[in-house]
Amino acid sequence: MKKYFSRRYLGIPYMVFLILFVIVPVLVILYYALTNGEGQFTLSNLFGFFSSGYAIGTLVYSIFIASVVTLVCLLLAYPAAYILAKGRIRKSNVLLLLFITPMWINFTLRITALKEVLTAIEGNISYYPFLNTIIGMTYDFLPFMILPLYTTISKLDDTLSEAAQDLGAGSAKVFLKVTLPLSVPGIISGIMMVFLPAMTNYVILDMLYNSTFIMGSLIGSYFAAYDWHNGSMISIILLFIILLVNIVTGSFTDDGAGRRRAVL
Amino acid sequence: MDNIIELKGIGKSYNSKDYIVRDINLTVKKGEFVTLLGPSGCGKTTTLRMIAGFETPTEGSILFEGKDISKVPPYLRPVNTVFQRYALFPHLNVYNNIAFGLNLKKLPKKEIAEKVSRVLDIVDMEGFEKRKINTLSGGQQQRIAIARAIVNEPEILLLDEPLGALDLKMRKEMQLELKQMHENIGITFIYVTHDQEEALTMSDKIVVMADGAIQQTGTPEEVYNEPSNAFVADFIGESNIFNGVMSGNMKVKFLGAEFECLDDIEKGAKVDVVVRPEDIVMVPYDEGKVKGEVISVIFKGIHYEITVQSGKNEIVVQRTKAAVIGDKVGITLDPDSIHCMKREKNVNRFEGVLTKKGTVMFADGEFECNVSMLYPGSEVDEEGNLTDSEGNIIEYAGTSVIAEISFDDIRMSDDADEGGVCGNIFSLIYKGDHYNYIIKTENGYEYILNDEYLWNENDYVSIVIPKEAIKLMHMDSEV
Repeated sequence: MKKYFSRRYLGIPYMVFLILFVIVPVLVILYYALTNGEGQFTLSNLFGFFSSGYAIGTLVYSIFIASVVTLVCLLLAYPAAYILAKGRIRKSNVLLLLFITPMWINFTLRITALKEVLTAIEGNISYYPFLNTIIGMTYDFLPFMILPLYTTISKLDDTLSEAAQDLGAGSAKVFLKVTLPLSVPGIISGIMMVFLPAMTNYVILDMLYNSTFIMGSLIGSYFAAYDWHNGSMISIILLFIILLVNIVTGSFTDDGAGRRRAVL
Repeated sequence: MDNIIELKGIGKSYNSKDYIVRDINLTVKKGEFVTLLGPSGCGKTTTLRMIAGFETPTEGSILFEGKDISKVPPYLRPVNTVFQRYALFPHLNVYNNIAFGLNLKKLPKKEIAEKVSRVLDIVDMEGFEKRKINTLSGGQQQRIAIARAIVNEPEILLLDEPLGALDLKMRKEMQLELKQMHENIGITFIYVTHDQEEALTMSDKIVVMADGAIQQTGTPEEVYNEPSNAFVADFIGESNIFNGVMSGNMKVKFLGAEFECLDDIEKGAKVDVVVRPEDIVMVPYDEGKVKGEVISVIFKGIHYEITVQSGKNEIVVQRTKAAVIGDKVGITLDPDSIHCMKREKNVNRFEGVLTKKGTVMFADGEFECNVSMLYPGSEVDEEGNLTDSEGNIIEYAGTSVIAEISFDDIRMSDDADEGGVCGNIFSLIYKGDHYNYIIKTENGYEYILNDEYLWNENDYVSIVIPKEAIKLMHMDSEV
């Protein structure tokens, strides 16, 4: 019998990649997280994390920074994305490109440049370390918030806001009752794209704050000290936090499919 | 009955040159069912959107019970709209969709619940309150969209092709239900459709639109039986349209015979004659005023559509009895089945100007012409100059002229360079033995011409006019 080429085979390279670089590493991390130096199963890494004041403090502070950055990004990105998507601007795609272009410049170079700019403005960046960190992260993550918002908002049907006006809603009500609820999928995927990187990005904190009080640094410090077990456990804990955030935000919209589409 | 809404000289243009609609005058009485009917792009939806407030007219005013509301934003107007694609809110369930307008008015919860359940009853959708919009079929969404609009008890309900997305059977059902609903709740309906049958079934008054202007306003019977021009006759129902000439007092000559008619138009006037296929009587060959041969018979369910060829003309007949292809038959017509319409235009007539090259420019185009016909006794000498009888050169460049070209003398061509101007076929009407075309140029000039062959609407064609066919006259000789 002749064998035909099945479309399924096209998925093989990706499957190999997925197994080698995603599934196996996660299993390895899981193994290290749940074992001690002698290779025996233990939960002490987990309890160790929650009994360490420094680790908990880092976690809380990381969540705080990530929340502030996500909020600032959202407040900046939503109006921008809205105007890009719905405003009657000619060449709005060129404007969108301008928002995205920084992503194409090397990350370290970008932050170094920002550091110079902030120094020029503030005199010495160590005067406002927290503010500078927020500015740096917002600058870095803003495109990740704008893109999903832009995609969602530009797909909104204009006749829906016309229908709302027709039923007696002024522009503020149209926004609150129709536009905003319908852009929730974009908001959520924007949050997902910004929150986790903001929680673990230690480079910006290091360069603009001269601090390592963030989850990324914490994990890094364990691995630097060859304590793979505790480092892995913290990674797993972070993974669970993200899953939790995903589930919580997911409950705001019951259109799960729409949200997943926006994430993709 | 009072006029609830009046459109006075409404016009809409984006650059004060290209009008989407112009000079729309319309009065709607309280409780009426008015339909705006026309082909796509005729401006009917724009007119509706201006009444709803989504578009602002650039000219004229919209009066609601005598007050000008042209500048009032949509959310303050006492009208509600049923949108073409329903525009239901996907993030709300059926109940909250319908209650949307009532919630904005901050009515008590109990009253809202009562009103919602009452309209759900009207649209026959009881028990669907908790359902999500995307679980409903097209017909159900349609009903919810209507419920969402009428629950606000608007003075006027605007419906923008609300049945366009439904299948035929559903559409027929909804037509009757909508008409019933209109009678029961007693509010004014303004309905937009391109479906002439829908308009005839439902309306108290039909407004036929084409090219951004109203062609005719009247009851369904009026627009069907007495169309005001060939466009309306062709658009509403099936028609035979022939060229005719008034040959006497209430007598018209067409298809090579003279018929009595009921239209009093002066003798000698050129007219379009409309005869509905179902009004044509087929009789034995010898008894017919017009004689012909059956060339096609098509079974249409309730009737046969029979095409009779008489000379060069094709006549379409509908009757319940079949016929045999090749039969020689006669045709007679009752006076009341003949409808004559005086033609607005019998000839293309443009104002133009002569150029140095001996051409004439008018209506976006430049054509070769015979300048000597303007100056009796003149002729073109060997150097190409136009001289009068005494040999003096006539300087004609820049002279303003009137150019007349008969419909039959213009030809269409696929070759864009062949003619003096290009344009798109804007309308075509079959007239028994030829098609009557209107070609629109870039700046909206209309060339009317007759052609034996069928071209497609919107085709881009170039317009060819032979030199001799352009009749030139001095501007001042016009009376």
